[in-house]
This record gives sequence, C-alpha cells and structure tokens, in this order.
Amino acid sequence: MRELNKKLMLELYSQMIQIREFEKEAIELAKMNLTRAAIHTYNGQEAIAVGVCAHLEKEDYIISNHRGHGHCVAKGADLRKMFAELMARETGYCKGKGGSMHIADLSTGMLGANGIVGGGLPIAVGAAFTAKYKNNGRIVVCFFGDGASNEGAFHEALNLASIWKLPVVFVCENNQYGISMNVSKSTNIKRLADRAAAYGIRGVTVDGNKLDEVYREFAGAAEEVRAGGGPVLMEMATYRMSGHYFGDNENYRTKEEVEAWKKKDPIDYAGKILTDDYGVTEEEIRKIQQEEKQKVLEASETAKGDPFPAEEDLTNDLYDPSFGEIVWKPWKMA
Amino acid sequence: MRKLSMREAVNEALHIAFNSDERIFTAGEDIAVYGGQLRCSYGLLENFGEKRVLDTPISESAIVGLAVGAAMTGLRPVVELSYVDFIGVAFDQILNQAAKIRYMYGGMVSLPLVIRTQGGAGLGNGAQHSQSLEAMLSHIPGIRVLMPSNAYDAKGLLLHAIRDNNPVVFIEHKALYKVKCEVPEEPYECDYTCDIKRQGEDITIVAYSAMVNQALKAAEQLETEGVSAEVVDVRSLTPFDADTVVRSAKKTGRVVIVHEACKKGGFGGEIAAEIQEAAFENLKKPVCRVGAPFVPVPFGPNLESCFVPDSGNILEAAHRILTD
Repeated sequence: MRELNKKLMLELYSQMIQIREFEKEAIELAKMNLTRAAIHTYNGQEAIAVGVCAHLEKEDYIISNHRGHGHCVAKGADLRKMFAELMARETGYCKGKGGSMHIADLSTGMLGANGIVGGGLPIAVGAAFTAKYKNNGRIVVCFFGDGASNEGAFHEALNLASIWKLPVVFVCENNQYGISMNVSKSTNIKRLADRAAAYGIRGVTVDGNKLDEVYREFAGAAEEVRAGGGPVLMEMATYRMSGHYFGDNENYRTKEEVEAWKKKDPIDYAGKILTDDYGVTEEEIRKIQQEEKQKVLEASETAKGDPFPAEEDLTNDLYDPSFGEIVWKPWKMA
Repeated sequence: MRKLSMREAVNEALHIAFNSDERIFTAGEDIAVYGGQLRCSYGLLENFGEKRVLDTPISESAIVGLAVGAAMTGLRPVVELSYVDFIGVAFDQILNQAAKIRYMYGGMVSLPLVIRTQGGAGLGNGAQHSQSLEAMLSHIPGIRVLMPSNAYDAKGLLLHAIRDNNPVVFIEHKALYKVKCEVPEEPYECDYTCDIKRQGEDITIVAYSAMVNQALKAAEQLETEGVSAEVVDVRSLTPFDADTVVRSAKKTGRVVIVHEACKKGGFGGEIAAEIQEAAFENLKKPVCRVGAPFVPVPFGPNLESCFVPDSGNILEAAHRILTD
C-alpha cells in the first residue's frame, strides 16, 4: 500500500474534483438535451470510488451500477470517450449503444456499469472466480448501493463468493436512498455491513465521505482479499447530494437534510486535509479545480464534435461471429 | 456403429470439451458429487477435479451470473440449470445481462458461455418442472437457443455451442434422455441449420426437440397411406435457418408445424410467418400448427398425455391439409 502522503492526497483530490466536474458538465449536457436519458450523478460519493480504486492495479476488475461515472473515472477511463457515450456518439465507449448507465472499459478493468439494481453482483462473483481459477492475483470490487442490498441477487452472490472464498470486495455505497425510499424504511437494520454475518465474512462500516478513512479501511480489505481470505463486505456511509437523477423533484427529503449533509461534502473534507495537514494553499486548491475543470470541458467539447454512429451499425455487435479456436480431442469413455 | 442415449451423448461431449480446453469449467446444482440431477455430468468430477467441476448452492441467479462474469474475463463456462423452469429465478442474468452485455457495450466483449438445461413434459413432473419456454427465450436478441432432438445432434450441437463465443441456452428434452441412436466416438460438431430428418414430396412437417420423433412416426404412417412427408428438424431457434424450412414448404406446398409448447405464442407462429412471407404463392393450403393447449402442464398421466402433442395430432393436422 502506498502511504497516504501529500503527493498521493493531491492526486486523489484531483480525481475527486474531476468526477465532480464531470457530473456538472454531464448535467449541462442534459440541460442542452444532448444526453437524452437519465443522468445519475455521483455527487457526494467521490471519496469512495477514488479511495477504493487507489488500491487497484489496472488488471484488477471493478463492476459498477447505474451511478457509475465516478467509478469509471477513478479506474482510469478516458473522459472524452465517456462524454461521447453520454451523447451517443460512435467514439463513445459503447459506440453509442450503451449510454450513461452502461459504460464499460475492459482496457482499464472496468467490467461495466449496470442498469439493473443488483445485476452486477453475480457477475462480480464470476470475475472473481476467474481470478481464483487462473490464480493471477487479481481482485474484483463490486460497487452497488443500499437499494441493491435488498435484492435476491445480493444474497446469492455473497453466499457463493463466501463459500468459494473468492477475491471480491463488495462495496455497498449507502447513500441513504433507493430512488425515493430512505434506507431506514427499506431495511430493518442500522448497519448494512451487519449483513456480512449471514455469510460468515467480515463486514465493516466506513465513513464514505472521508477520503482518508476510505483509503485506509479499503487497504486492509484489499490485502485480506488478495491473500485469499475470501470476500469482505464494506458499507460506505455517504449521501446522494443530488436527486436520483437530474430532474428529480426530491419531494421525499427536506432541504434541511440536504443542507446538513452538504456540510459533510467529501471534497471539502479532502480539501481541508490538504490545507490543514499538508500546507497546501487555497490558491493551489483553486488551481487544481481549474485544471480539472478544464480537462473535463475540453473532453466534453471534443466529444460534442464527434459523429453519431452510422445507421447501418444498428444490428452490429450483437453476436460475435467467431468461434473459439479449440481443437476437440477425443475422450475414451470408461 | 455403437448406440448412445442422449444422456450418454451429452456426457461424452462434456468429457471431450473438458479434455480439450482448460478454460472450460462447469458449475450447477448437484452436478459434481451427485453427477447431476439430469445425470449428464457423471464422471466429470472424477476425471477433471473439483477446480473445474463445481457444485453450487441452489442459487440460479448466481449460477448464471457466475457464467457471465467468468466468460467476460476469459473462461468458457458450461453451467447447468436443472430445469428450464428455474430460469424464472435467474432471468435477470439471462435477459438483462448475458443477452445484453455484448451489444450494450458496443461489441467490446464476448460471452462464450453455455447454459445447459432440461425442458419438456411427459414424465409427470408437473407444472413447474415440465415447461417448454423456448419461444420466450427465442424472443431475446443476444442469446442462442438450441434444442436437439436426438443423441447424435445433442453431442454435435453441444460441442458447437461450447466453441461459440456467444451465450447459448441448450435445452435437452427430459423424455429424450434415454432414447438411443448411432453416435460416433470421435468429436464432431453440428451447425445451427435445420436438419432434414426425412425427405418427402407431398407435405412438410416442421418440428423440434421431442416432437421430431412424433413427426417421424406420423411420416411413417403417412407413407402407408401413399403420402410422402418431409420432416424438418429446427435444431436451433436462434439463429433460425428459415431458408431450409421455406425451401421445403415451396417444394411440398403443405406444412404442419409442431411443438410441445403451447400453440398460442409458440415458436410455430414465427415459423409459419416466415413461410407465408416467403412462400405464400407456393402454398396449397394454409400452414397448420400443432401445439399444446394454453394451460400449464398438468400432473396426472391422462391429462398430461392429452396436453403433449403426439403423432396422432400431427396426422390429424396433416389429413386436414392433404384434402384438395
């Protein structure tokens, strides 16, 4: 594990800013009607993706959910290709066939965002199975929300991963809401991490708005999982600062609640560590913000100029026309 | 040549596959120690070990999700669902994941996986263990749907499916497991085209899975009546080789389509539509469908045998359209 020093903090802070700026720009594009469908922003949860992915190698895998932009950026995705996908361009990660909810980037180990709540959990088990099968030292991180932890797929996936001791960290981003339903109403337990007990695995609740805590806690989990100790369930307590998607009327929560959580904005928290503990000046912080904003805007501008896919592409990419190059060897039945 | 049952043929194909490529593994309920509820995976654990032959808990979503995630990351899973009826539990992983991922991600990744399962009625297993759900599956772009009608095809189609770089649902009919036919020992593959099981001139009977044997039986009876019937076996619903069916329809001008699934909304409707679109002018009579009534599969033997179409139903339909 790399020590969380000034250099690394600056790096991670920049990533958090980049994610926040990405989402700001995504909303701008939505306002211009360039993104068509729902944009689920990651605002308020940046410390989780960044603090977790800081421990991953390029070859490690992540699986994401509908709120996946932050995960993609933290794992190293190309901003222009992301924007191009949001705007359905042929240069997008999925050639305009996926959209905001379905960005995948196998080149950085990002196995895909998923529009079905809980849908990624069993797939994460499969990816972790491959890692163990090939004994290649890779681990898998499965990001999902509090809502997904009420799905049957959650139970099946955690159970199977636990009995086979698969190298996967289940990162539950408890942002307090499944669309409109508060987690206090959707479950009867205080800590979602307690669900780990049902699978005989370690469960831990972490303050997901504190980058340093996410970083340190995940380091321990990654180490355990990499060493073959089997899966860990990490609950990251956080808050969805924006609505479920851009345009949400948010009639299910009070302004006071939202304001109270704004005081715990993970970006402010990380910025304060930089200024208070590492002597980074306000000016340097502003510079980072400017630089990241610039990168994001440039990527967006470039993507805006990209072409839409040709209509002939509609039916392409459905089936792989090739067959595996396997030569069948006879088998003499006993 | 030696004869094998469909169960033995599937088992042999699995052994050939496991012997040929280390990326191939299997997982499912009771498939390892027990040898499979379908008794198709016996011997695999002994011959290839527990790393590649894995019993799972009763968790159908996890079984299919395991296959999806493993296929995306370089393995070639062949998983088993004991009954096709259980896809209800695993359906998100089939419908929204396995079938969508390649297209939704712009062709970035392939999913070489096979879901072997058992379908069909006739053995008194009741409404939740006897269904024919292939029409539903054939309506989902992104997966292949295969239904062998005999041991020879089962071996060849399964090996083809395992080498396919796409998700395949492979449905074995439970009433065919003990039915034997000649099967060569060496590895071979069958492709996804329709197979003409019997040549004829006067009428075409299109069938698949267990109904192929009923169609052949009806064709024999028709022969004694001086009618030459052609039997076309639709071994693969997706992709569907409409050309072979249309060619036969054009030749005979009379077509009976038969499947065990409910007639309403069944794959027979799709076959009939393909025929009338391409061969309307050549048809001497309307295309005729034979299928089960629109009810769940009943348990009792007399009710179940009324439910499942047989050669008698096919003959009736044939006689109806053989009149001028």
